[in-house]
Amino acid sequence: MSEATLDQVTDHHDDHHDHGPAKGLSRWLFTTNHKDIGTLYLWFSFLMLMVGGLLALIIRTELFQPGLQFINPEFFNQMTTNHGLIMVFGAIMPAFVGLANWLLPMQVGAPDMALPRMNNLSFWILPFAFGMMIATLFMEGGGPNFGWTFYAPLSTTYAPDSVTYFIFAVHMMGASSIMGSINIIATILNMRAPGMTLMKMPMFVWTWLITAYLLLAVMPVLAGAVTMMLFDIHFDTSFFNAAGGGDPVLFQHIFWFFGHPEVYIMILPAFGVISHVIPAFARKQLFGYDSMVYAVASIAFLSFIVWAHHMFTVGMPLAGQLFFMYSTMLIAVPTGVKVFNWISTMWRGSMTFETPMLFAIAFVVLFTIGGFSGLMLAITPADYQYHDTYFVVAHFHYVLVPGALFSIYAAVYFWFPKWTGRMYNESLGKLHFWLSFIGVNITFFPQHFSGLAGMPRRIPDYALQFADFNMLSSIGAFIFGFAQVFFLYVLIHGIRAGKKAEARAWDGAHGLEWTLPSPAPYHSFTHPPVVTEEEAHT
Amino acid sequence: MKNLARRIGSVAALLLCAAPAFADELNMPRGVTDISREIYDLHMLIFIICCVIGAVVFSVMFVSIIKHRRAAGHEPADFHENTQLEIIWTIVPIIILVAMAVPATQVLIAMYDTGGEDMTVEVRGYQWKWQYKYLDDDYNRTFSFFSNMSTTQDEINDKAEKGENYLLEVDNPLRIPANRKVRFLVTAEDVIHAWWIPDFGIKRDAVPGMLNELWTIVPEPGIYRGQCAELCGKDHGFMPVVVEVMEEDAFDAWYAEEVEREAIRVENLSKTFTGEELMAEGESVYNTFCASCHQANGRGVPPVFPSLVGTPVATGPRDEHIRMVLDGVPGTSMQAFGKQLDAAQVAAVVHYERHSWGNNAGDTTQPRDVIAIQDQAAGN
Ligand code: HEC
Ligand SMILES: [Cu+2]
Ligand SMILES: [Cu+2]
Repeated sequence: MSEATLDQVTDHHDDHHDHGPAKGLSRWLFTTNHKDIGTLYLWFSFLMLMVGGLLALIIRTELFQPGLQFINPEFFNQMTTNHGLIMVFGAIMPAFVGLANWLLPMQVGAPDMALPRMNNLSFWILPFAFGMMIATLFMEGGGPNFGWTFYAPLSTTYAPDSVTYFIFAVHMMGASSIMGSINIIATILNMRAPGMTLMKMPMFVWTWLITAYLLLAVMPVLAGAVTMMLFDIHFDTSFFNAAGGGDPVLFQHIFWFFGHPEVYIMILPAFGVISHVIPAFARKQLFGYDSMVYAVASIAFLSFIVWAHHMFTVGMPLAGQLFFMYSTMLIAVPTGVKVFNWISTMWRGSMTFETPMLFAIAFVVLFTIGGFSGLMLAITPADYQYHDTYFVVAHFHYVLVPGALFSIYAAVYFWFPKWTGRMYNESLGKLHFWLSFIGVNITFFPQHFSGLAGMPRRIPDYALQFADFNMLSSIGAFIFGFAQVFFLYVLIHGIRAGKKAEARAWDGAHGLEWTLPSPAPYHSFTHPPVVTEEEAHT
Repeated sequence: MKNLARRIGSVAALLLCAAPAFADELNMPRGVTDISREIYDLHMLIFIICCVIGAVVFSVMFVSIIKHRRAAGHEPADFHENTQLEIIWTIVPIIILVAMAVPATQVLIAMYDTGGEDMTVEVRGYQWKWQYKYLDDDYNRTFSFFSNMSTTQDEINDKAEKGENYLLEVDNPLRIPANRKVRFLVTAEDVIHAWWIPDFGIKRDAVPGMLNELWTIVPEPGIYRGQCAELCGKDHGFMPVVVEVMEEDAFDAWYAEEVEREAIRVENLSKTFTGEELMAEGESVYNTFCASCHQANGRGVPPVFPSLVGTPVATGPRDEHIRMVLDGVPGTSMQAFGKQLDAAQVAAVVHYERHSWGNNAGDTTQPRDVIAIQDQAAGN
């Protein structure tokens, strides 16, 4: 293309700066707009939350009492596996990508994401990937039944035939994540408004920048792992088959080299969200911005050298055990710094407790509890007793549900006015919060005890001494499940009947996005905004 | 129903009880070995440290929530950094972590103190049972057996009252002597399992192709229960670990008995049995290993578990029948029994099936016939 035509194209585009979305279905299918794509991601992840939640409720129904009442052990295993996969890859990750799509261009003062067409593709892969994965549940021989960690050889030599579909689905999810993270990195590094230096970026932007690099580093590793599985299953290789000279433990090293950074992929953006919500409702600048950035970066670095803490019982030399124990314990330091900074932000603020703030405070408390149990799990000798029990289940649900998921709720309520131009109903939002808060604790707190008392995870039936805790957990799960359906009502009510929102919907909120009208215009910033002291971190 | 109401009542009571981690059944068991007690102390130490830190941090937060509210008329302050504070709350946690790491390292080193054992047992995980093999330098004193869960399907399916040790009971427990250092070599035959006894403070993955080493010294005789702790397929929830720790004398007597029984078993492999002997032994093997699916009357539960009455396999060529029992049918619940039964048992059960419930093949099956087929399959 000659320069003249290029100019024409840009000119032509300039004329149409204020064009709105296309009409009907094609708006969503062909959209390259960051807000539309963000919306798609968010609704998709909500749908997946409902599906994954349904599976969780099937599990909790079976576990309500000792004995097998509703489903058989084989189906139970399919439920635990798909619940985990859907929640991790279908609910939490796409929700954060959805938030990134909505917020990053507005927060850095850009009109859209850097690579809009790829953005469309990276979303539209997902429904196909999950459609395929969920379809395996209806295939002969059943769906994946080997746990979301899919340890070989249970997932290779001993897997149901549908495992091939599962592998393909994971490849697609990986491709989607990689494209998404390239786009995020390109947007953040190239599209910031003049004057927004790296150390003036909002925390959500910082956390996503680092998360995107983590994704780029580990998704190919996951792809490698599933490709080796594919070869073991179909082409008679023996990467993970001991009988052919392979090593099942190799699989675990590869998986957790992906898997541990993966858990930070699900929590770093949450840190970013909380670092916006708490200052807004404490009406006080985030405490220790620089140390927050360094803390996130150190957590990301450490996440690459702790993976074998998931494998203490696998059998490792003493030196290996010690290394992974010490490195894991170290993560507590930067994580502690973050919590201390949030609390110092609240300190001597002028706090109000709207729904996003409630979720954020619950996040700080409950995520910290999850962090404490994580520290306990890092202690290798004690881990021998905790490993693969409900104590672990309690631990990671505390960091993922009142951790990651609550931060997503905080974000949705916080930016809802910016997205829709309307305020949600505060009483309904608070009701959603309290139901979720009570439900989540009744569900997962007792699991600490059943785990300590010796209940292994992933079992469809249990010894009688665990009965009380399990019944309690099941009751909590239904309360929590109900609360999330209620959330849908809160959203629809807000979209339809909410009061009109102002540009700066929260008096304490700062950042470029709040300088845009509510709802934000289709192309966020058509001209680079001026980055003022007021709207950026200094 | 009343039971359920009572359970919900006790659940409510549980909710109310404070400081739950200190109550016995809510906490990690202290266990019976030195190692398990050291682990317990470590666990409590770290738990209490976490509680104290949590209490301090959260009270600061709640004080702030109560005092620094806009509703209480509090105006926002204007500070947003303090390098000194940042340094303090980086250094102090590091010191606390070191204080945790020191005892943890000591316990870990103690756990790795292998060697000097009095005896060795190989623990092998199968889908879904454990095999225990007592290894002895004198090969004639080596023997092994399987340990299957003994809870009945009726209990699991709520058709019978659940026993006290529901899901935590087996037909043949592992037996070890008190006060001797026992080394375990843990491995697996098919997928990964994990062998765990909470009261001993030992858990180790059983990985195919890998031998993991563990050890314990149990001072008190008794029965100790655990479960497989690594997802291993359908019946992962149904492969308990039960260890009976015996007084040393009793253990030695039991061991001698087993060695003798093993000698008889080996002898049987080269013996020729009469039809009656085969029928008697066959019936007992059948009832233990086969009747759960094919039923005592041989008629099975079609279409899931086929009948053995008058079928081509049960009445056709004998060697096909032997192969069926040895190798099973991959991908179905008909397992390869060649891994669990010896040649004499296979011969007996095949003979029994061919001459029961109206089947009358009119041949005999001797252990050497089975051995011939095993050798053929092994390629020699
Ligand atoms: C867990 C259930 C189960 C147990 C226990 C079991 N079987 Fe089977 N058996 C099956 C099933 C299912 C088949 C049908 C396999 C197929 O699809 O071909 C079968 C098939 C057979 C057949 C072939 C029947 C025919 O005519 O096709 C024989 C013989 C047999 N079993 C013998 C035994 C013996 C001997 C034992 C005990 C040592 C035993 N089975 C234990 C489930 C079981
Ligand atoms: Cu990890
Ligand atoms: Cu198992």
